[in-house]
Amino acid sequence: MNPIISAVTVLGGTGILSAALLYIVARKFKVKEDPRIDDVEKMLPGANCGGCGFSGCRDFATNCVNSGSLEGKRCPVGGDSTMNAIGEYLGLKAEAGKPKVAVLKCNGSCMVRKHTSHYDGPRSCAIERIIYAGETDCAYGCLGCGDCVNACMFDAIKLDEETGIPTFDDEKCTACGACVEACPGNIIELRNKGPKNRRVYVACSNHDKGAEAMKECKAACIGCGKCAKVCPFDAITITDNLAYIDDEKCRLCRKCVDACPVHCIKAVNFPEKPAVKEEVVC
Amino acid sequence: MDKELIISSSPHIHTQRSVERTMLDVLIALLPAVACSLFFFGAGALVVLLSAVAGCVATEYLIQRFLIKGKSTIGNYSAIVTGVLLALNLPSNLPVYIVILGSIFSIGIVKMAFGGLGNNIFNPAIAGRVFLLLSFPAQMTTWPLPIVNRWKYFDMETGATILSTMKESVSDVNTGASVASSMKDIVEVSTWDAFLGNMGGSMGEVSAIALLIGAAYLLIRKVITWHIPVAILASVALFYLALGDDPLMPLLTGGLLLGAFFMATDYATSPMSHKGMIIYGVMIGVITVIIRKWGAYPEGVSFAILLMNGLTPLINRYFKPTRFGERSKR
Amino acid sequence: MLKTFRKGGIHPPENKLSAGCPIIGIPQQEEYIVSLSQHIGAPAQCCVEKGDKVAKYQLIGKSSGFVSANIHSPVSGTVKKIDKYKNAFGFESLSVFIAPDGENREEKRPRTADEISGLSPEEIISIIDDAGIVGLGGATFPTKVKLTPPKNTPVDTLVINGAECEPYLTNDQQLMVEKPDEIITGVELLMRAINVNNACIAIESNKPDAIESLRKAAGANNGIEVIPLKVKYPQGGEKQLIDAVLGRQVPSGGLPASVGVVVQNVATAYAVKQAVVDGIPLVERIVTVTGPDLSHPGNYRVAIGTPLSAIISAAGGMPESTKKVILGGPMMGKAASNLNATTNKGTSGILVVPERYSMRETPENCVRCASCVSVCPMGLEPYLLAKLSQLKDYGRLEAERVMDCIECGSCSYICISHRPLLDHIRIGKAKTGAIIKSRKSK
Repeated sequence: MNPIISAVTVLGGTGILSAALLYIVARKFKVKEDPRIDDVEKMLPGANCGGCGFSGCRDFATNCVNSGSLEGKRCPVGGDSTMNAIGEYLGLKAEAGKPKVAVLKCNGSCMVRKHTSHYDGPRSCAIERIIYAGETDCAYGCLGCGDCVNACMFDAIKLDEETGIPTFDDEKCTACGACVEACPGNIIELRNKGPKNRRVYVACSNHDKGAEAMKECKAACIGCGKCAKVCPFDAITITDNLAYIDDEKCRLCRKCVDACPVHCIKAVNFPEKPAVKEEVVC
Repeated sequence: MDKELIISSSPHIHTQRSVERTMLDVLIALLPAVACSLFFFGAGALVVLLSAVAGCVATEYLIQRFLIKGKSTIGNYSAIVTGVLLALNLPSNLPVYIVILGSIFSIGIVKMAFGGLGNNIFNPAIAGRVFLLLSFPAQMTTWPLPIVNRWKYFDMETGATILSTMKESVSDVNTGASVASSMKDIVEVSTWDAFLGNMGGSMGEVSAIALLIGAAYLLIRKVITWHIPVAILASVALFYLALGDDPLMPLLTGGLLLGAFFMATDYATSPMSHKGMIIYGVMIGVITVIIRKWGAYPEGVSFAILLMNGLTPLINRYFKPTRFGERSKR
Repeated sequence: MLKTFRKGGIHPPENKLSAGCPIIGIPQQEEYIVSLSQHIGAPAQCCVEKGDKVAKYQLIGKSSGFVSANIHSPVSGTVKKIDKYKNAFGFESLSVFIAPDGENREEKRPRTADEISGLSPEEIISIIDDAGIVGLGGATFPTKVKLTPPKNTPVDTLVINGAECEPYLTNDQQLMVEKPDEIITGVELLMRAINVNNACIAIESNKPDAIESLRKAAGANNGIEVIPLKVKYPQGGEKQLIDAVLGRQVPSGGLPASVGVVVQNVATAYAVKQAVVDGIPLVERIVTVTGPDLSHPGNYRVAIGTPLSAIISAAGGMPESTKKVILGGPMMGKAASNLNATTNKGTSGILVVPERYSMRETPENCVRCASCVSVCPMGLEPYLLAKLSQLKDYGRLEAERVMDCIECGSCSYICISHRPLLDHIRIGKAKTGAIIKSRKSK
């Protein structure tokens, strides 16, 4: 046979055969899926952070479409605009939510909290916490190994080399909650972002009694209750020697900030900030 | 208590062994083979050895310094081990530029590009040798004769290795009987020489006794376990026996001993479980004999090891150590 | 040939500095701070109040669940306060502060031989429960729980753990040398409690004095056999010990009872004898205080609630060079950060480590030498588990049987690249365990 003909036959035959095979496979294994899932997924930020409680954006989109309701569903990264767009597309009502942001409930920089031991091991808060309470006497505060920094997908958390504790970037933080999950001490909280990003919160998690807490850390809440007394809105409660400000009730009057003897209540993004001199102890 | 105590997780004590010490042990184990190659091949061997080691160390240093910009890893001797092993796999009349090229390939491409020590998929020395064998087939397969060439580097008298002679006799003669007779001739002349190393071949692979001394040292120091070398040698021997050949000569010649004890046992590229090691060793043995008998090359150890290096992750995945309680008795 | 377990294991330098040192007491303290959570399980419930006068051996904390244990007062004295107190690792627990009053009031009730021979298994177990006895090998698991295995798994052998495979520690060894008869009595009582006719006392062969003394005490006794074992760590691990002594392997996730065995420590057997015969609850234990630079390493009889620093003082004081203090042995012990903390039922040793042995080496790349795989006594792949743990791949960790890990530390010990394998595996195991638990509860 002519080699050209045979080559064409073999190659052409293989081609046709493969095409037929591909067609059959594609038909046989076709998965029927609601095309709206793709559209909803496109509206989402695509960060796959899991902040919504589902495993990734695709899963969230599938659930939005299939469950037929947007109740309790919220993409913290996209916020109201994304949820409204999804609601409009699916003809469902999206719940309005307040934008949130992560805050660190610890102010124990190495200037106010003395190191009493030295941790020698992999730089991971989780591993350190499994062995013992931490390098300082405070068994509640930040360990400073940066598990939250590693968990953050949006580059919003930085470990401040000087203070040894992380700082949060309000603009970048999407309140996905990955850092809350990663922190073994449970000292990161998602709080309302507040008008003009203004917030008031207790930057401490220490449950020890006043005298004990003061020994451990100069910036520790001693549970004295002055803030609760001075609060006109009943927003502050003291449980187990620790003050907590309910961000739904707080009206940002900042009376508690001035009342706190240990300056552990933080008011952020307000104009005019009195500078507090801090003594270096380590 | 004002003292700052150190807190770390258990265990709080550690063995005296370290990566440096292990690499040093490998170098010590290679000393007899190096000495033999210097004895048989003299000046040429020295030039090849030094240029291979220098090439490997320099490549690792430069990459670490200027590309990775990390701490120098020269101190763990692993580049020197690669250099020595590469040199031992080369003929002693190889031009320096080819040796350097092989070193750069070994360290630069095979080791450092994958992330340095421990992360490489292929054994750097073996991959370097195979790279050179494919790139410079003529130079890589002319073997200087031992002893007579001691004081020469150029214009050596060269000859064939025993394995290539066997191979040629196989391809020349088509009947089984004559194959056996021609092989018998060779075997009769040189079993003792092959054991001592008085024959043509790559620098380090000629002397079986030197390699065995080194292997014994590695086993005693527990740097390697018996699983891989024994699996390779046993499977090669059994395969030859099954084919009706005398396995002694094939075991002593070519790169088999060097490969079985020093190259196939390379930590990073061999399996982790004992079961996996046996499978790995047997496969290397089988592939070696197949290449030697039916392949295009007279020697197949390096190809066999390289192939199995590639399969190691798969072996690790499917051949797990026996878990405690898996064979529970009641 | 001496018996040992089949898989993996290492042989670190033994360094039994305090071997042969007789057990001695330490001076009475001004205050004993007795924690109410000294065992695995729920903390005991305090049953005394501030200002109460308590007698030695009086119950001060009541067991608050099936997996929990009673706590008794180690001295006769006054309850000064009941408050949180930090343990050696900086975590707080509710503790009873007792100041001795020097009156030496005791609350104990010895039993006569007739009374003892009339005890039923249930009665023995309930005495053990009342006495607050927990596993004294270090895990502090309530003994009562181990003595009541599930009904569907018949038990035929009691294994007494005298392996003491941890380097440095000699507390069990010295107890076996000094109190062999008491231990044998305890073993007999334990055998009656679980209704078996065979008991094996397993002791590593580096303790010939202990082997000899127990052999003599056991005599031609009814089914109690002393078995010397080859020295290998972690032989004292429950599963390894059963494999070594009887050649039975506990299946993954199973209890020793599933192969018909109950394991108890020698010190536990001694405590059982004290509880049943002398009517004394568990308020003290033998603690090895040791260290390369310590002037008087030895074995001390220490009441629970004694400050760690006081015990170290009794052993010659803290050497200048000290940089680390380990509670327990060097392989599985935990480094302490707070020496004002007090001892508890699980404190088997205090190891004072000088600076030159304190710091870890810098980890290097894993060279995949497979040493960790070959030493793992559970047949796991530590290099892989550590890697998966870092990658947070908990599904695969479970498939690779991370929950089988006994955290013996052989892998970290042997790693030539000085990698902190166990640190990573431990966190992976904890996370995987939590995931499995939440899945089961669903």
